[in-house]
Amino acid sequence: MQIFLPIAEVSVNAFTLVGLGGLVGLMSGLFGVGGGFLITPLLFFIGIPPAIAVATGANQVVASSVSGVLAHVKRKTVDFRMGGVLLAGGLVGSWLGVWVFTILQEVGQVDLVVQLCYVVFLGLIGAMMLQESIRALRRSKNPTYRKRSHQHMWVHRWPAKMKFRASGLYISVIPPLLVGVAVGVLAAIMGVGGGFIMVPAMIYLLGVPTKVVVGTSLFQITFVTAFTTVMHAVSYNTVDIMLAVLLIVGGVIGAQIGTTLGARLRAEQLRILLALLVLLVCGKLALDLFLRPDELYSITTEAR
Amino acid sequence: MRMALSALLALWLAGPAAAQISEAPAPVTESDEVVPTFPDPAQRRRVITAIARNKEQPAEQVVAGLSKDSVAITASFDGSEILIYGAIKRETPIPPGPPLQVIVTVEAPSRPLTIWRKERKAGIWINTEKVEIGAAPGFYAVATSAPLESILQEEWDRRYRISLPLALRAYAGKLAVEDAVPFTEALIRLRQNNGLYRLAEGGVKLVDQTLFRADVSLPANLIEGDYKTRIFLLRDGQVMDVYRAPIEVRKVGVERWLYRLAFDQPLLYGLMSLAVAVIAGWGASAVFRKLRRA
Repeated sequence: MQIFLPIAEVSVNAFTLVGLGGLVGLMSGLFGVGGGFLITPLLFFIGIPPAIAVATGANQVVASSVSGVLAHVKRKTVDFRMGGVLLAGGLVGSWLGVWVFTILQEVGQVDLVVQLCYVVFLGLIGAMMLQESIRALRRSKNPTYRKRSHQHMWVHRWPAKMKFRASGLYISVIPPLLVGVAVGVLAAIMGVGGGFIMVPAMIYLLGVPTKVVVGTSLFQITFVTAFTTVMHAVSYNTVDIMLAVLLIVGGVIGAQIGTTLGARLRAEQLRILLALLVLLVCGKLALDLFLRPDELYSITTEAR
Repeated sequence: MRMALSALLALWLAGPAAAQISEAPAPVTESDEVVPTFPDPAQRRRVITAIARNKEQPAEQVVAGLSKDSVAITASFDGSEILIYGAIKRETPIPPGPPLQVIVTVEAPSRPLTIWRKERKAGIWINTEKVEIGAAPGFYAVATSAPLESILQEEWDRRYRISLPLALRAYAGKLAVEDAVPFTEALIRLRQNNGLYRLAEGGVKLVDQTLFRADVSLPANLIEGDYKTRIFLLRDGQVMDVYRAPIEVRKVGVERWLYRLAFDQPLLYGLMSLAVAVIAGWGASAVFRKLRRA
């Protein structure tokens, strides 16, 4: 069933979009990532103009995150205080990111920077997570190993300490704030929620327990992407509500299935799966950068 | 004249679009571009005499109609077919010499664009050089009754900007590269692959040098605007007569409403998109909770 999208001005198959939304929603529920890093490139691939793919992707992420975060609130796996600090940083970062994006657009290097960001971040995080989760799996097979209950990292020595009860942490607010800013900048430039960066950052940099990471990350993503959606709609008129609705229908269902499924899988297994997925996307993007492209030329039309 | 009237009546009965008597070609170029210079003085004379002849009274004129003069983009829009049909009106017998040829073009409104070329820098492929085009049509289809090169002289092509490379208007600003030709070729190649630029040689069916028809299919990824249809009558590579007709491409219904809202009330539209997302997310969460309890 073909459907014409009013803002994107292209005709696409409605079932393709629902399926795409479903797949990304599943990721969202399972890993606590918004899924933007998958949906944005996939939308480019089916012929949606990049600016519209980015803005509408953000809108879709709002829906799947709301769906996911509600499920986590019920299970009491959201650290609202940590989420609030991350969110404050995220809004500042998102505003900064849009500013950087406009400059890049003027120089014509948006695609390159976006791809480079993906390759570098996905590569680093994917490798780190894979190594860590494989080590964790080995440990669980070897019962003689005893995990330290409390690790003191450099982030614990900074001033302005705050209690994060749900996470069982007493750390400075500066590191989570910085993580929020960094994620916000990347979210605006790459057109993603930023969960795939925030989840590992929370685990490895802040030491947040895996149990509350997913819910807290979804909480922050919901608000940052909501802010991004409205900003895109107002300043660039690039949100396609028809496209968003189709993606959302698939997305919310996928997110629910993902959350249920996630509760049954072990954290280490989840992390290995996410690590492999991240490395896969990274590898594909790296090949595009380093191999000679089939088409050396590209067209960009000015905004209406 | 009776023949013309009956032809008109037939066309009027044939379709909703009203047939119009064609206009004689203007003696100057249709845009305010500079008049192309012709290196060969003999050719220049021939061009001038042809124009002079046309100006008096074209011996052969186009009478044509379109199967529809507007295209409505609805939610289920998936491209559209337009039939362009017509006849040649003449008071005298068919002149001897090479046979009559017809070219039909359909053109979308033009927009400025930039063409980028990638180059390998430090191991990765990045956009380095660009060419800015002042105006390029978003859609351009050419249908002809025979191979384009054999029926159209270059200076007439330049005058009416019929072939694809000429349909792209001037470069915008100062040219940053030495040779812009590969860039415009790439633009045409990319858009031909997308189905946005089309050349259908033999796409016009001509019967007895009098009746013709052409089917032009509009792709699903159309932009809104006033499209131009031109029908050229050619003899010996020269344009004898031009007929122009507009096609209005408009969004209708929900499409139109959403589009206007997005551009006129962007904040309201953004909040509406957000509300849809939140309600859908919350709704799905509630439904699944019920399902799990049941």
